[in-house]
Amino acid sequence: MSLLDKLDVVAAARKALLPEGLEVFGTPIEEVYSATEARVGDRRILFLGTNNYLGLTFAPECLQAAHEALDKEGTGTTGSRMANGSYSGHRALEREFADFYHCHSGIVFTTGYQANLAMISGLAGAGDVVLIDGDSHASIYDGCRLSGAEIIRFRHNDVADMEKRLRRLGERSRSTLIVAEGIYSMLGDQAPLAEIVSIKNAYNSILLLDEAHSLGVLGKTGQGLVEETGLIDGVDFITGTFSKSLGSIGGYCVSNHPQLDQLRYISRPYIFTASPSPATIASARAALKLLRDGTELRRQLWQNSRQLYARLKALGYQLGPQPGPVIANILDSPQQALMLWKGLLDHGIYVNLILPPAAPEGKALVRCSVSAAHTSEQMDHVGDVFAELRKSIFQ
Amino acid sequence: MATDYNDILLRLCFHLKQFTSPDVTIIPETDLINELAIDSVKLLNLVMEIEDEFDISVPLNALADVQTVHDLAKLIHHIKSAK
Repeated sequence: MSLLDKLDVVAAARKALLPEGLEVFGTPIEEVYSATEARVGDRRILFLGTNNYLGLTFAPECLQAAHEALDKEGTGTTGSRMANGSYSGHRALEREFADFYHCHSGIVFTTGYQANLAMISGLAGAGDVVLIDGDSHASIYDGCRLSGAEIIRFRHNDVADMEKRLRRLGERSRSTLIVAEGIYSMLGDQAPLAEIVSIKNAYNSILLLDEAHSLGVLGKTGQGLVEETGLIDGVDFITGTFSKSLGSIGGYCVSNHPQLDQLRYISRPYIFTASPSPATIASARAALKLLRDGTELRRQLWQNSRQLYARLKALGYQLGPQPGPVIANILDSPQQALMLWKGLLDHGIYVNLILPPAAPEGKALVRCSVSAAHTSEQMDHVGDVFAELRKSIFQ
Repeated sequence: MATDYNDILLRLCFHLKQFTSPDVTIIPETDLINELAIDSVKLLNLVMEIEDEFDISVPLNALADVQTVHDLAKLIHHIKSAK
């Protein structure tokens, strides 16, 4: 099969699964009105599929900071951190992240995806092992592949299964990097961090926790699962992204290990890419201050999340195991999920559709992402539409 | 003996049966993807079952060379023998 024939196979599979003319993936958004509203085609829609957990994309402080950086430093750095792209803003944000987590140091990356790629491939290499949760994000899988280390999976959030795999490794558990996530993006559930830390210590492994979906969401000051559980000292490396709660784009890692800084000289996803633009760094810095002081935003976010989760559960939808801003409706077939996704969009509600093989265990997901910027009335409206669709699609 | 190739093959075929329809005959040359329709997700789940069955760890990297039932049995045998 030629290279292009392979793409034709992909196109045929897509066509078989998705109706003609329906742009499920990469739905064109014509205009954005606010953190929660936009226009798709001719229709004004409610965003319920973004990761804008704190609703900061239009925060005046972030807009102003971005405008000022744009005027002062231009549109882009046109170079890597190692060459000409290490501006004062990058260095300041690294210090601010380290301070935020009370850690020795921090590194900023161009995207959250690259943060995991850079950290995993920088820490582990040929002869080492990376032990990952089966539901890990693609950036974790790709980081493992780039590292050249042996990749071993454990069953999602199953600590007994994780320990079994560490035991089998014997002495090699000492050169094993364990990777878990604060909140998992597919089902919205949290890692059992206390048990993971305890096992990691017993086997002398290293633990990296990705707080991409939990930054700003969990913990008193929004550090994530490490703060919620009080286990920051048990985690060796914390990664995360600016593209969710911080409403910008970029990634970070913080650690108390002084060796973190050496990653700047060996990690290809850090070295061989342009550094984040001044405006994205400036808005992330402003957003980090808002996030840290965002007790009220988190209260509103959790109120909205619990409200919608409880309503959907009461309606009989099969949901992820625990309430949170990521609310996954688990459907038995891609066709059901597609009908629900289309029905919601026809009612002006935009959510994410996740089909196999991206969805866990061969299921399909319709995933809602709740924001602090949503109102209680909007959550009521979403619940009403889900109720109506349950009657028309499932009965 | 657990590290015997034929014993591994037998136990592997038993596991593979759970992922395929009952009327499918599995032989060492059977192609996992094209004949048993075991896609990437099913294969990952199968690997976890195999790891528990044989008390081994199968690195995902090693699966790139696995095409047939024989390839998989050979890989398990290799890992078991190396323990």
